[in-house]
Amino acid sequence: MPSLDDLKKRIKSVKSTQKITKAMKMVAAAKLKKAQENAEKGRPYSQKMQNIILNLTKSINDPENAPKLLVGTGKDKINLCVVLTADRGLCGGFNSNICKLAKTKFEKILSEGKELKIITVGTKGLDQIKREYGKYVIKKFSFKNKKQITFSEAETVGNEIINLFKQNQFDKCILFYNNFKNVITQIPQAQQIIPAENNSSKEKEESLTSYEFEPEEDEILEDLLPKNISTQVFKAFLENAASEQGSRMTAMDNATRNAGELVDKLTINYNRSRQASITKELIEIISGAESL
Amino acid sequence: MSENFTVEIISPDKSILKAEANEVTIPSYEGQMGILKDHIPLITFLRPGLIIIKENSGEKKFFIEEGTVEFSNNNLLILTSTVKSLDSLDKNSIDIIIKTSEEKISKDEISDKEKYLLSYKIDTLKTINQ
Repeated sequence: MPSLDDLKKRIKSVKSTQKITKAMKMVAAAKLKKAQENAEKGRPYSQKMQNIILNLTKSINDPENAPKLLVGTGKDKINLCVVLTADRGLCGGFNSNICKLAKTKFEKILSEGKELKIITVGTKGLDQIKREYGKYVIKKFSFKNKKQITFSEAETVGNEIINLFKQNQFDKCILFYNNFKNVITQIPQAQQIIPAENNSSKEKEESLTSYEFEPEEDEILEDLLPKNISTQVFKAFLENAASEQGSRMTAMDNATRNAGELVDKLTINYNRSRQASITKELIEIISGAESL
Repeated sequence: MSENFTVEIISPDKSILKAEANEVTIPSYEGQMGILKDHIPLITFLRPGLIIIKENSGEKKFFIEEGTVEFSNNNLLILTSTVKSLDSLDKNSIDIIIKTSEEKISKDEISDKEKYLLSYKIDTLKTINQ
């Protein structure tokens, strides 16, 4: 049985932890609003970009000569996985969810006898992946000291991917990130960006429009595809940022609530043992008086 | 019947403009291009220049460095990461951009394509500044 003093200290420490989690929750809530706005504002651009590419793809009659970024190298030997995570912890299952999804994919790739290469963005994901798949990591990015992630950061990552592709370092590129659905639901996602995935249902919808191109399709594609890669990375960044804050907010909310429960329980314990000691003292006094 | 069509300018981080216009002039890669309602579907690139959007109530001008344009079903979509409203640019900041661009163009290592783009950038900015 812990002494009264011990209980008192425990209660105090839990209370101060609660204060911290509460503050973190509020900070996350404030940041979430902004991040969510950004993610929602950023969606049209990446969607429209994807649409244009799809429209362009349809008009290509000669897939043999089409840009490699679009149709791929025709092989499926080396897989590049880009795992986007946060730089900070204490955000619930956010980082682990991405890593879990990524790891299942890694296993699958390796079991199929393919080669695996990994790029990590964000330190938390690296920590988790490094343990088992450390030797596959070829490049790591971290934007820890950047306050806000802008398009130029996404371009850095995008350009790196494109450079690697141009050097024939991989055949297929998959992006792992959390898709922000709402504050409590974030869905970890694996999106293939090279070769561009064909969404067949969309294709049928708009297959009637034929476009006039200026300059030629090939030229447009050549310029647009790298841009699209960066755009998709940027979208993933934005979704991730919103998801991180949302996830942290719910995690901290839970922690605050848990701490509250713990304080209640400890307080009851404390009161009980206080009363027990008073009763004990009384009994001692009374029985002492009786024996006189 | 209205002669208007919708025009949207979207940058990676936000939607900049959504409006009804009756004529839009864009600096397409191979020359200035005016777009009216019921233009045929089109996809093209932009070089540095001015986008002029004529609305019923007036005119809006944007300076742009690069971008992609799609026109279909009377919907003009401009995707760009470098768009600035003319009202937000003042003389001094334009002068600085012109200067750095001129320095770049005088160097030898840049390609013809870049030179072509930069010369348009400088020309446009100079006309704005007059």
